[in-house]
Amino acid sequence: MAAISLNVNGKNFTLDIDPKMPLLWAIRDFVGLKGTKFGCGIAQCGACTVHLEGKPTRSCVLPVQAVIGKKITTIEGLGTEENLHPVQQAWIEEQVPQCGYCQSGQIMAASALLKEKANPTDADIDSAMRGHICRCGTYDRIRKAIKRAAKDTPKASVTGGK
Amino acid sequence: MSNRRDFIKILGLSSAGLMMGLSASSKPTVIPLNGAGPSVLALEINPFIVIEPNGKIILINPRPDMGQGSTQAVPSLLAEELEVRLDQVTIWQSDGKGKYGDQTSGGSSSVRALWKPIRQAGAAAREMLVKAAAQRWSVPESECYAKEAKVFHKPSGKSLTYGEVADEASKFEVPKNPALKEAKDFKIVGKYAPRLDVPARVTGKAVFGIDVDVPGMVYAVMIHNPHIFGKVVSIDDTEALKIKGVQKVLKCERPMPHRTAEAVAIIADNYWAALSAKKVVKVHWENGTIPHTLTTDAYYKKCAEAATKEGLKGEESGDFAAAFAGAAKKVEALYETPFLAHAPMEPENAIAHVKEDGTVEVWAPIQGPDWALRDLAGYLKIKPEQIKINVALLGGAFGRKAYHDFLLEACFLSKEVKKPVKLVWTREDDITQGPYRPGMMARMQGGVDEKGNIVAYHHHPIGESIQFQVFKAPNDKPDDWICGELSQKEQKYTIPAFKVSFTHVDTEIPIVWWRSVYASNFGFSQEGFLDELIHTAGKDPLKARLEMMTDARFKKVLETLGEKAKWGEKLPAGYGKGIAVFKSFGSISACCVTVSKHGAGVKVEKVVSVIDCGHYVNPDNVKAQTEGNIVMGITAAVKKGVTFTHGQADHTNFHQYHVMRFNEMPAVEIHIVESGAEPGGVGEPGLPPIAPALANAVFAATGKRIRKLPFDLNTLA
Repeated sequence: MAAISLNVNGKNFTLDIDPKMPLLWAIRDFVGLKGTKFGCGIAQCGACTVHLEGKPTRSCVLPVQAVIGKKITTIEGLGTEENLHPVQQAWIEEQVPQCGYCQSGQIMAASALLKEKANPTDADIDSAMRGHICRCGTYDRIRKAIKRAAKDTPKASVTGGK
Repeated sequence: MSNRRDFIKILGLSSAGLMMGLSASSKPTVIPLNGAGPSVLALEINPFIVIEPNGKIILINPRPDMGQGSTQAVPSLLAEELEVRLDQVTIWQSDGKGKYGDQTSGGSSSVRALWKPIRQAGAAAREMLVKAAAQRWSVPESECYAKEAKVFHKPSGKSLTYGEVADEASKFEVPKNPALKEAKDFKIVGKYAPRLDVPARVTGKAVFGIDVDVPGMVYAVMIHNPHIFGKVVSIDDTEALKIKGVQKVLKCERPMPHRTAEAVAIIADNYWAALSAKKVVKVHWENGTIPHTLTTDAYYKKCAEAATKEGLKGEESGDFAAAFAGAAKKVEALYETPFLAHAPMEPENAIAHVKEDGTVEVWAPIQGPDWALRDLAGYLKIKPEQIKINVALLGGAFGRKAYHDFLLEACFLSKEVKKPVKLVWTREDDITQGPYRPGMMARMQGGVDEKGNIVAYHHHPIGESIQFQVFKAPNDKPDDWICGELSQKEQKYTIPAFKVSFTHVDTEIPIVWWRSVYASNFGFSQEGFLDELIHTAGKDPLKARLEMMTDARFKKVLETLGEKAKWGEKLPAGYGKGIAVFKSFGSISACCVTVSKHGAGVKVEKVVSVIDCGHYVNPDNVKAQTEGNIVMGITAAVKKGVTFTHGQADHTNFHQYHVMRFNEMPAVEIHIVESGAEPGGVGEPGLPPIAPALANAVFAATGKRIRKLPFDLNTLA
């Protein structure tokens, strides 16, 4: 065990945990933010995706010791119901979620994509989203929502939220 | 029918301080509802409607939400007749207690089963509230009407909120036959509505089973036997106990409905510690003959042998043997479908707290709190009154979470360690342990006369049966779930000699229902084989199906499909279209798949689905469910199934057990046929036609007939 300092959604947390603990479990069980999900544990489904220094990253295989002092953003830090990120807004307008379990990861991937490329092509979207499984089958709506977010959003605020 | 005043008098209670339960269909009871404290005065007009004097309206949703939208669909039915807007109400999930009736989300049943009774509950409450207001004003009820949680007096324009009259209303007898609205007067039902639970599902705030924590809980990870049913001989936990946070490693059990498997569990302070310990615990299993018997090859070999013999007759109209013998052209084929994992994105999980006083509380993502109550009471040998069930949202389920092995495992562990235990399965547990959609075979025979009419048809499903394996029903009769669904009465093809048979072949591989159940197996054999017969007859797949149909709804679905999918249009070279239609769960669904040749394989270009589900609640939800069925249907057709070799599953996680990905998504189009018929299911009926329509499209594009699933889109093998 060791004292591990994590910066999650702009707040600092000092946790007495196994340095090898994947970031996913530190976020869920020690920081107490449950929006980031466990799906496979081997970086194959994307449900656990967070932003690490703005880049979409699988938290289920990333030991906390590798992210000390780095800026981590989870779905809770992206936007709230009162202050939605444009991607979350588009997700609501397209009524994307069915169960919604994978959607935190999908939204983290999509928001990172739009930050990188404000007007992604279909190929860009495929490439950013193919690592994210949705068993409910919302892929068609996800594509529409990404395009809507790209279209509806003034360029400057694509990175927005709060 | 009970009188509310008598009820209160008999029990010697005042209304204050208690929830009062009065059901139109059962004896009155006093039951504290969910978490509400006794200091709240809340008037239960009937089990599904609670109105507090401050005006807060609580609607009880008796069908857990696994993504299919029941959280909104069922309360919409209540709200429609109660005359409230959905944004005026709070929705609670039922807890399994008998007064809420059937509470299992399954068989696409929520709206179709509750269509009348739940609307009656809403209408009865509205009539009671209107009557209470009319009495308060001393005016005739006929001068009053309800709207948006208020009762209005039409001549004077004055109004009272539901909260203001709830106390008086709750004392009336519940009307037996309240007037239900006509469909043309619906304000909520049948109209597009955004789902009010979506914002929570895109901000990480929706609470799924896996997100629940309770004070004092410990975490558990299971070590299941890769061979499923072997015995635990010894456990070496030396290394595991050196890991900080690991409390205990113990032998335990996995109670399945039909048999119990031995297992091992790790109890720890946190999930990661338990997971780390799993890698270093050494379990010695005694597996006996399982490595030889628990294999998919052995099972399919038995099925293929059975296919050479007659099965048990399910039904026969005309004389199949004579019609087949006399047919100018005969076709025979063997169809095969694989075992499949449900693989909901949220793995199986549960928290159980078996307390010293004999009571039990559980928190879990389960499809049926009523079934869970029965299973918990039976397993723990306690009374239902001693059990409290808290249903969390389900992160997908597809049938899996109506099978409570994981819930009972958590109970076993909690009883052992005397603490609340949070058990979370790994993805490997989920994919290697089952239960699965059963793999099946179907022997098909058909005959075409010299004029090109299909005159003989025999569908002979072969394989393991949910009723026989899970529920231990006697297997001396054909499985009536299967034969009933494939009957001529259901599927409506007017073929003169029409026969359905069944042969049971058992396996130890655990099985259970999976989205659309057997329709997912036998929709493929029915519609794939009919396509073979139609091509043998030299006919057009759409026209030939229409010729064999007299049912107006089936015809309308097929005609709509033909029009929307532009069936007659000339396709570019290398393209092919295939269609299929199948009725399941009270709805008729058809689809047209377009593929194009790509190297040795094909690409799925487009899927057009048409559904006639009768009355529905929210057209967007019908479309969403149908989109989901397209994705799951294609996955089931072209991705690896579950196979067992030497007694264990060959695939363990998503790196090997592949599902359809984002970049493989074809263009989709969904159309609803507005038949105004009694509601049918929505969550499942879109799936069965997908695989056969895809296989038929492959044939149209390439000439290769697909009779075995899964097949590889890249090689067609």
